[in-house]
This record gives sequence, structure tokens and C-alpha cells, in this order.
Amino acid sequence: MADDKETGAQPADALGAAVAPPKANEFKRVVRVFFGRKLYVIGFVIVVILILTAIFAPFIATHDPYSTNLSEKLEQPSSRHWLGTDSTGRDTFSRIIYGSQISLLIGFSAVSASAIVGLLMGLAAAYFGGWVFAIIMRFTDALMALPGIILVLLIAGLAGGGIPVVIFALGFGGIAGQCRMMCGLALSVKQNDYVLAGRAMGMSSWRMMLTQIFPNAFPPLMVGITMGIGGVVLGEAGLSFLGIGVMPPTPSWGGMVNNGQRYLLHNPWLSIAPGVAIMLLVFGFNMVGDGIRDAVDPKLRGVI
Amino acid sequence: MAVVLDVKDLKTYFHTEYGLVKAVDGVSLYIDQGETIGLVGESGCGKSVSILSIMQLIQTPGEIIGGKVMFEGKNLLDYEANGPEMRSTRGSKMTMIFQEPMTSLNPVLSINRQMTELLELHLDMDRHAARDRAIELLRMVGVPDATSRIDDYPHQFSGGMRQRVMIAMAISCNPMIIFADEPTTAVDVTTQAQLLELMKDLVTRLNTALVIVTHNLGVVARYAQRIYVMYAGRIVESGPAEDIFENPKHPYTIGLLNSVPKLGEKHGTRKLIPIYGLPPNLIDMPPTCAFLPRCTHRTAQCEKDPWPPLRSAGDNRQVSCYVDVRGKQ
Repeated sequence: MADDKETGAQPADALGAAVAPPKANEFKRVVRVFFGRKLYVIGFVIVVILILTAIFAPFIATHDPYSTNLSEKLEQPSSRHWLGTDSTGRDTFSRIIYGSQISLLIGFSAVSASAIVGLLMGLAAAYFGGWVFAIIMRFTDALMALPGIILVLLIAGLAGGGIPVVIFALGFGGIAGQCRMMCGLALSVKQNDYVLAGRAMGMSSWRMMLTQIFPNAFPPLMVGITMGIGGVVLGEAGLSFLGIGVMPPTPSWGGMVNNGQRYLLHNPWLSIAPGVAIMLLVFGFNMVGDGIRDAVDPKLRGVI
Repeated sequence: MAVVLDVKDLKTYFHTEYGLVKAVDGVSLYIDQGETIGLVGESGCGKSVSILSIMQLIQTPGEIIGGKVMFEGKNLLDYEANGPEMRSTRGSKMTMIFQEPMTSLNPVLSINRQMTELLELHLDMDRHAARDRAIELLRMVGVPDATSRIDDYPHQFSGGMRQRVMIAMAISCNPMIIFADEPTTAVDVTTQAQLLELMKDLVTRLNTALVIVTHNLGVVARYAQRIYVMYAGRIVESGPAEDIFENPKHPYTIGLLNSVPKLGEKHGTRKLIPIYGLPPNLIDMPPTCAFLPRCTHRTAQCEKDPWPPLRSAGDNRQVSCYVDVRGKQ
């Protein structure tokens, strides 16, 4: 690995000394690397399709996801109900389409919230060190000592479910992980000469954190954040499965898996279809996370 | 000439697990306006720590214990290390060029971003003016095709070019003093000469003082007007460069000069004499002269008296030695 990097980097440097190298458009390079691997492209396509589905749900869904029809309950997949109907006669396909809105909403907001709080805390801990580091790290230790699911259950159970509660519970549970990751990365970035050089240029602590440390720690963080979305969607599904997440009748994939389990023998699609949707979403975001890391990693610049 | 920086009895200690390391132990030096100074000594003698202390860039476990750094009539050590006064001094009035050009630029920001940031920060320039000024600076330091190269990232530059960018950044706010910490150690000899010539040219043009920290005597001989020789955290000899090269007074300086070949010297006429022994451990330093175990001129007085204080030794020269070794080399 190290050898590859060296042999790869030397010609580029030698070239730079003699003549100006051809202008490499940074954005084009990132795009090229990202779309150079089939797996990343598949993940990207999945994520794009999911986002489009969420946005255009009213146009894609064949039925109203809320309208019940007891005369059509528990139907097998047919041309009228593509994935069958549930115990109150609601169209499973339409509910999955609308469920993507809920999943993505919760995924993005919970991860953004935990990322913003966690990253700021981690950055501050690593940059200032000393007692700031001690306090923040002990706080994350305390958070981590509680099993994640219990913490989330506690919050969701006490506050009684609902989308905002789920977002808060899952976001809060994610803070410790994001904070630790940021702290570790920032500590290693801090060792670099350019951080000292930044201080020698008279930069303030904030500016140092935002321009010197954060951008250099960002690529690996992207992986954590995008994968975090998958994790949060799974968490939401778990909560809804347990009945303390998103409240019915709002369509949620986890809740649908839960509702379908009673009919698993005769109507397996009721649980399998939303389960597959969850799986695809998690897989998609994980792949995109990996792809972004490879594409924007400055250490790989000039090699690929 | 006006003194721009007057350092008095600077002490920086490091609190390590093994004990107190007196990395800088009572360094005094002054720098005149527009003057080029060489700070010479072997690895670990406290050269870099001295200048990092002057700029208050020492981090834990290091601590500035005492001394004064007089700059523009104020003692910089009175200010908080990261306070607004220090921040507006660093990077604009006092700048620094680092040893490793490969790692001292931020890899994820373009040269434009890094250079304009500095100008916007210290000179309140707007983005366009800053960019124009940055291009002008890159031209001044000899980066070819500056208008398009400015948008490149550090990895697209060679080591020598990166060091030129560092120099451009160092002079961007018209500083009073530039500290160059082994600025040419990491580049090859040809580039080294080019960079030094460039720096010399720039500081003469801008009337900026330059402090070259180096272990390379050839570099100081050619570019410095005055020299400070450091050993084990203290200055052992100082004076005008020519005088010191012609007539070194401290046994350590003599040893240094005897151990490097001179250009134009006939092969075989003079043996290169190494300085035997190792530099002392900075923890548990002996009360006597730190160079004593390696000294070839020592006397009975050296064995029992404390480290000799700097004494005047002729015109603008100081030496920290009990023995008058003139003519003994």
C-alpha cells in the first residue's frame, strides 16, 4: 500500500517541478473516481431512486396509503394491489412508497443533528485538549456505557413515540459515536505541520478548526455519516417494530414489518417487501459512503 | 540600526515523564531591522524551540518559564499565547517558514484559499484584491504561470515550488521578521541555493529581518550577517559572521568549523576533525559547562566552576567560555 503510493506519487511530483501539470479539474476527478466502481454506482442509483421516490410519492403510489378497505384486506399481490394489502386493506406498495419519505426524513435529520453536535464536540475536545477533552470524553463514555438501544427506548418510551421523538432519540444516541470519530481524526490531523503553520499565521482557534482540521478529517467522516443514515433508518424500523416509534397510521417500514409478522405464513410480502426496502436503503447509503471516501480522500490525489 | 526584536533570558522547559527538559535555558539575542541572522547548532540544541517560544507557539508539555521578548516596545510574553494581540502579530509582523514544504501546506485547500485567507485576515483585503495580491506574490517568488497555478492544490507542486509558496505567504503581509526554520533542509542542493538567494533578495528588497535556523554552516556563512551559536539550550558564541568564521572563540564553534571541509582547500592538506562525544542529555544537566565532556581546551577551572556566562570578546562579540582559546586552534 505504502509502496504503491510512493511510486505513484513520484512521477507526478517530478513532472510538477519541470512543467506545469495538465489542469486536473478537482470535481471531475472526484466524479470519475466515484463512478469508476460499479458497486458505488449501484449504491448511488439506489439512493437517488429512493430520494426521487420520496419526493414524487404522490405520483408513484397507486393508492392512498391511509385509506382502508376491509373488503380487500389481506389480499395477495395482484395487478390491482402490486404487493397485496394489509389487515385493514391498505395497499402495501403505496405504503412502502410513502414510507420512504418517513425513513429518509428521520435518517437525514437524526444523522445531521447527531453529526453537528458530535462533530463540534469532538473537534473541540481534540483541539483544546486538557479539561475540555476530559469533560467531553467522559460524557461520551457515559453515553456509550448505556447500550444504544436502551437509551433510545428510554427516550422514545418516556416521550411516547412520534416522528420528532424518534429523531431526537436516534440523534442523541448517535452523538457519542460521531464525537469519538471526529476526536480521533482531529487528533491525528492536529499533528501535521500545516496546523502549526496555521497557528504561526495568526489564525484563531475557530478558523484553525474549520479550515485546517475539519476539512482534512472530513473524508473518513463522510463514511461514518452516510453509513449513519443507514443505521438510523434501521433504528427507526426497530423502534416502530416495537411499537414506540412512528405512530400508526403513518406508514413506516419498520412498523409495516411489525404489522406483517402476524400474517407471515400466508401473506409473507407484508413483511418482506418493507424489509427489502430497508435493506436496499442501508446498502445504498453504505456504498455511497465508501465511494465518497475513496473519491475525496486527498491522500489518494495524484494516484488515481 | 534599530533593534526590532530583543529577546532577554528566554527560558522554555518541557515537562516530560523523564524529568524537566531545559530546551531553552536563558537565551538572549537581538535582531536589527533588515538584518539576516544565523542561529546555528546541532539537532536538539534548542534552535527551533527558541523561535517557537518567541512566537508563543510552544504547546504542552512545553512551557515558557521566563524571559522577555521585546517587540515594538512591548513584551510579547505578557500577551496570552492565543490572544488577539499574539494572533495579529503572528503571520503579519512575524512570520515563519517551516522545514518541511511537503507537509506545511494544507492539502485540501487550494493555494489561492490559503494565501488569500492570510491577506483577508491580516490586511482586511476583499477576495478579489487578495487574489490579485496573491498572484503578484507568487510571481515575486518565481512561481511560473502564477495566474493559473494559484488555483492548484499543494500536491500539484514540487517541494521547491511549495517552499516558494511558503515564502510568498511569509512575506505577504510585509513582516518585520521572518523566521526560517531549516528552510532548505528538505530540498535538494540546487533548489536550496535558489531558495536562499530568493529569500536574501526578498528580505533586502522589503527591508525585513531574517532569522535562518540551521545546522548548515555553509548557509550561514554565505547569507547571515551575524551568527548565534547554540549548544544545549544556551547561546555559546555570537558575533558578526565573518569574524566568527575567521576567528572562532568557543571550543564548540572551533570544533564545528574544523569538522566541515572548505571550498578551495587542497585535498589532504587538512584533516577533518569530528567533535567527539555526544551532546548532553538535557535532563539532569551538570552545573558546569555543558560542552565540558567534549571539550579539548578544558582547564581545571572548567571542572569546578558553573557554566560560564557570556562575556564580551572583542568587537560586538560574545563567548561563553573561561578559556581564551585564541591561537590555540
